[in-house]
Amino acid sequence: MKSSRRRFLKIAGISALGLGAKPVLDVMASSSETAAPKTAKGENVLTAKRWALVIDTRKLQSEEDLDPMIEICDKIHNVPKFENKNHEIKWLWAEEFKHEFPMQEPDFLNDRLKHMSFLTLCNHCEKAPCVRVCPTKATFKREDGIVLMDFHRCIGCRFCMAACPYGSRSFNFRDPRPFIKETNPDFPTRTKGVVEKCNFCAERLAVGKLPACVEASNGALTFGDLDDPESEVRAVLRSNYTIRRKPALGTGPSVFYIV
Amino acid sequence: MLEKALTGTKKYYGWIAALLAVIGVGFACYLWQFQFGLGITGMSRDVSWGFYIAQFTFLVGVAASAVMVVLPYYLHNYKAFGRITILGEFLAVASVTMCILFIFVDLGQPIRVVNVLLHPTPNSILFWDMIVLNGYLLLNIVIGWKVLEAERNNVAPAGWLKPLIYLSIPWAVSIHTVTAYLYCGLPGRGFWLTAILAPRFLSSAFAAGPALLILLCMIVRKLTKFDPGKEQIQSLAKVVAYAISVNVFFFLCEVFVVFYSNIPEHVDHLKYLFVGLHGHGVLVPWMWASMIFMVVSIILLVNPVTRKNETVLVVACIAVFIGTWIDKGLGLISGGFVPNPLHHVNEYVPTLPEVLIGLGIWAIGFLVLTALFKIAVTIKEEVAGLA
Amino acid sequence: MPNKKQMYDKGKVVIGLCILVALMTFPFWYNLGKAAPAPEPKLSEKAKAAKECVMPKAYMTSGHMQLLNEWRDTVVRDAKRIYTNPSGKKFNMSLSNTCLDCHVEKAEFCDKCHNYASVTPYCWDCHIDPKEAK
Repeated sequence: MKSSRRRFLKIAGISALGLGAKPVLDVMASSSETAAPKTAKGENVLTAKRWALVIDTRKLQSEEDLDPMIEICDKIHNVPKFENKNHEIKWLWAEEFKHEFPMQEPDFLNDRLKHMSFLTLCNHCEKAPCVRVCPTKATFKREDGIVLMDFHRCIGCRFCMAACPYGSRSFNFRDPRPFIKETNPDFPTRTKGVVEKCNFCAERLAVGKLPACVEASNGALTFGDLDDPESEVRAVLRSNYTIRRKPALGTGPSVFYIV
Repeated sequence: MLEKALTGTKKYYGWIAALLAVIGVGFACYLWQFQFGLGITGMSRDVSWGFYIAQFTFLVGVAASAVMVVLPYYLHNYKAFGRITILGEFLAVASVTMCILFIFVDLGQPIRVVNVLLHPTPNSILFWDMIVLNGYLLLNIVIGWKVLEAERNNVAPAGWLKPLIYLSIPWAVSIHTVTAYLYCGLPGRGFWLTAILAPRFLSSAFAAGPALLILLCMIVRKLTKFDPGKEQIQSLAKVVAYAISVNVFFFLCEVFVVFYSNIPEHVDHLKYLFVGLHGHGVLVPWMWASMIFMVVSIILLVNPVTRKNETVLVVACIAVFIGTWIDKGLGLISGGFVPNPLHHVNEYVPTLPEVLIGLGIWAIGFLVLTALFKIAVTIKEEVAGLA
Repeated sequence: MPNKKQMYDKGKVVIGLCILVALMTFPFWYNLGKAAPAPEPKLSEKAKAAKECVMPKAYMTSGHMQLLNEWRDTVVRDAKRIYTNPSGKKFNMSLSNTCLDCHVEKAEFCDKCHNYASVTPYCWDCHIDPKEAK
């Protein structure tokens, strides 16, 4: 939007030079058309109409099974570790059934589900309340369904944190850098005063890689295009019973759980 | 007219100096927060709004309540309030100033605040809140100032002010409605997800604001030669009486719906506030105190014998102010965030620097209020030939 | 009211104004003739070898901040990461991994000028100087 506005202003400015400049412009037109810099997606980019994740909890029995995924996520995204619980930053983490699916817990939940850990992350909702409330469009929905944060633009009002019914968002209550064990130079850290959350590994999709948690899941996680009936996620959804978190709220989560 | 705020008694200067001292302490704490981040507050991942946003919410109500003197005077020609509309409007100016400051200190990236204007987003209620708050501030400054100026010069206020005054009436309602919409439109926050939140906000506002105005009128009467008037104070007292009654009624409606429907996502928040949840209940004594203050004030205010006794009236107004302040300035925000959406109970208690920053902003508000009231009252004294 | 326009406390006002003017202009007097020479950003060997940057040098000198602003919006908001410059060369739009890959000495290349111009861009609050990370 911004660059198109700039282009418009340029054109408007040139037109303002008046008709006297027209012959000159005609001469330049052919060369300047090829000379404008262009931007594009990478060649290997993975695209979809609506990215979705299916978590097969039958293949993830204990918290140890979740650790490799959480660890790799924290590592590549420079997620800090805070001692102070108030300042915690979480992208991908583990919760028990009763917290993962509050009010959806049957009275006599079977033993396996009762004591197991569930992967918790941003749901990249179809109708995301966080996107709706953000006053600067710092949180926005990409055309591939990913709910993404523009850390450059976030003013830290934390309206999105109040709006998210899944507790998926964290706020940088202080500079996170001293609390990052090992910094990954390929991905930025965050600054104090901005909100952050899981980005469905948008930076990996851009270069043709699946999200890191999917890659580390030994096949327990399936990632794909919900809009494509031929996709792997749709195949998994067709053949398994899945649940989503707080479906009654109408947010349309893109993360499904096979239980 | 501004020069009237610069001259005064030793007491006046002493009060200003005291406010400046509190502001200084608050500002120093804010510099620390600016440097370190919001980590110096008690807020957390689970309770991501706290004392600041709660004060903001409460003060929007105080600001909106100016309409309770403006409306009877301008729409129903209730002449008595003509003496004190200016006080109501200037109280609104001071309150909105505090509101804006409270939002500002709550921002994680305050230097980026202009992003709200650079990337206007009408689907965000915060965008509309910015518009209504700034608009209301401007309206009250212009109206208050021009009407006072006209009074000083012994002429009728300019004609173009009338439409602005009429506009300010629904505008006052809008600021608190929009503020309620910040909360009540969020899925998954059972405590706020209620259509009666905006009406509740307005009723508590129309109790707290005029109660404060009564107290201010009494202070003005005591300290200056200008008497806001017995009738005016009694009329305001009736406004407070019925607004606080309606407020408690609305709250009881809420209690009925929540507990009779027995939907856990709504029940748990009220339980947390009034009896504690899973062993956590830091706000329990506060909430009961709030209820007692409100009920006692209803008894004192509805009963004409006690209401007409000005000493009792002062007590009742203080009770209304404290009761509604606890309700909105403490319970409303924490109560909405505890338990969190995953049903963990993580409580919130503000830290000392957080409270000092808050006090600093209150002091700024009182500084603005003192200066504006000083101007208004001096001019009233002049016009009445008392000075 | 006096008929003629006159100034009260003329002496005090004039002295006050003089002090004000003196204070306001103090930095100029103080630094007179002591202007620090404009620093020359030092190109790394790699940058020298590459000969040309993403855009011509003049454009980069004056407009690198606009370019970076456009880059960050394009990458984050439009999900486009590849930049093709007018001569058809492709770049990955990344401050840490493209710009700093060539301009390896952030201190010599970026900070020197920014310090001189007294600007503190907040890029580095989040974006990492790969050299520092090691």
